[in-house]
Amino acid sequence: MTEASRFTQHALSEWMKGEGPDSDIVISSRIRLARNIREYPFPMLATNGQSKEVAELAAKVLESEELGTISRFTLLPLADLDELQRRVLVEKHLISPALANESRNGAVILSDNESISIMVNEEDHLRIQCLCPGFQIKEAWDLAGQIDDVFETQLEYAFDEKRGYMTSCPTNVGTGIRASVMIHLPALVLTQQINRILSAITQVGLAVRGLYGEGSEALGNLFQISNQITLGQSEEEIIDNLYSVVRQIIEHERAARQRLIHETRPKILDRVSRSYGILSYAAIMDSKEAAQRLSDVRLGIDLGFIKNVSPHVLNELLVMTQPGFLQQTAGEKLTPEERDIRRAQLIREKISAAG
Amino acid sequence: MLCQECGKKQATLHFTKILNGEKTEFHICETCAREKGELIPGTPNGFSIHNLLSGLLDFEPSAHSTVANKAQPSRCEHCGLTYGQFSKVGRFGCSECYKYFGDKLDPLFKRVHGNTVHIGKVPKRSGGLIKYKREIDQLKKDMLIRIENEEFEQAAQIRDQIRELEKKVAEG
Repeated sequence: MTEASRFTQHALSEWMKGEGPDSDIVISSRIRLARNIREYPFPMLATNGQSKEVAELAAKVLESEELGTISRFTLLPLADLDELQRRVLVEKHLISPALANESRNGAVILSDNESISIMVNEEDHLRIQCLCPGFQIKEAWDLAGQIDDVFETQLEYAFDEKRGYMTSCPTNVGTGIRASVMIHLPALVLTQQINRILSAITQVGLAVRGLYGEGSEALGNLFQISNQITLGQSEEEIIDNLYSVVRQIIEHERAARQRLIHETRPKILDRVSRSYGILSYAAIMDSKEAAQRLSDVRLGIDLGFIKNVSPHVLNELLVMTQPGFLQQTAGEKLTPEERDIRRAQLIREKISAAG
Repeated sequence: MLCQECGKKQATLHFTKILNGEKTEFHICETCAREKGELIPGTPNGFSIHNLLSGLLDFEPSAHSTVANKAQPSRCEHCGLTYGQFSKVGRFGCSECYKYFGDKLDPLFKRVHGNTVHIGKVPKRSGGLIKYKREIDQLKKDMLIRIENEEFEQAAQIRDQIRELEKKVAEG
């Protein structure tokens, strides 16, 4: 097994197996810190030699004892990964599409359980990312802070008293922090309250995106809520703000689920059961339908209608049914039609194995 | 213009990629964009934040700030990026750009973040002095409140603390 395939062969990261708080609604919490090394131009303008030096500096930090106390890490230069492996890492949220596409001396440093991913030479020299299951945004910040502190003792960051951490993009300057939670809101969508809530979210300085971040559609009632502002607020303020807004959304979603059960129980049971049936028997399934049906089944599990499927299987399927992963499992390039057939087959197998 | 992927449909999405100062343009139709987007999650619409930012950056400075702006050089001497290029790409070339573009950036930061000054984490290694300065600012505020409340004894204690810290700052 190659170093890379240790991370690309399975869909479910070790950290996802943990049961986080509020995991009936919040799938995962993530902190990303953008950092740059003083003196070096940002990756967009760095020469090949300069970005190589940055990669070497980052690799050197890996040898530090302090980092070793947090986890064991593996460095994967992007040049060593084929196109499919890169895509799988994107689908697992371990690297960004930007890093996958432009890999000039790009690399990723992954912790053994895949909860920590440090991208090198993406838009910024370093992008430290920490993921936690369920609603644990403060815990993710603690972890990211620890990693940040280790890197900071080894490297001199580009930091300015007035502007804070200097980043390539003006939207990240200051704290360089992007705190986000991936949240499943089927009841708010079904009861048509979602638009009102989402527009309220954007009014308090938060952004809402689809599953794969910037520019992606919200499939399967999964939304990513994150902070917009990075300058002029402290990390704690940013995280507290996100925390309290998400806390409220969780309560709204819970209330909407209760209302669904009380007022339209047969209807919701029918919807959930039909989706479960279709996932168990369909022969062709496009990604959009898969996302929607999996969302229904997830709701069915959370409402207690479906008892024999674990949410872990759903999290696994979320990644396994993505184009890159499907093709990796198949061991060949697949047309969209072939993928739809494979996707249906895979879901049938996983759901029936769980049942 | 026809889509450069399929060559059949009208191109409706236009991207400009600038890498190492080299400009590449893409013109594709929505169907091809979708197909590509499905293969590479996160890129279906291609409208990155940078496209939006360049819209924000590309504005004339308001009348009252032109004097200050004129004094600012429009090219970063460290990496060579001009303010014009920056406003097109929406990204800085290096950390020195912040210095060379200086106060010109304030309106942009104000629009994006509502603020222009960082108040968050400071790296320990470069931040000792910054921490002291922030502490001094906070203590000065506290001292004024004490004085207003006529709590002179406490105010004097705070004054001594401030002196201590100022000594440390002066020593570097």
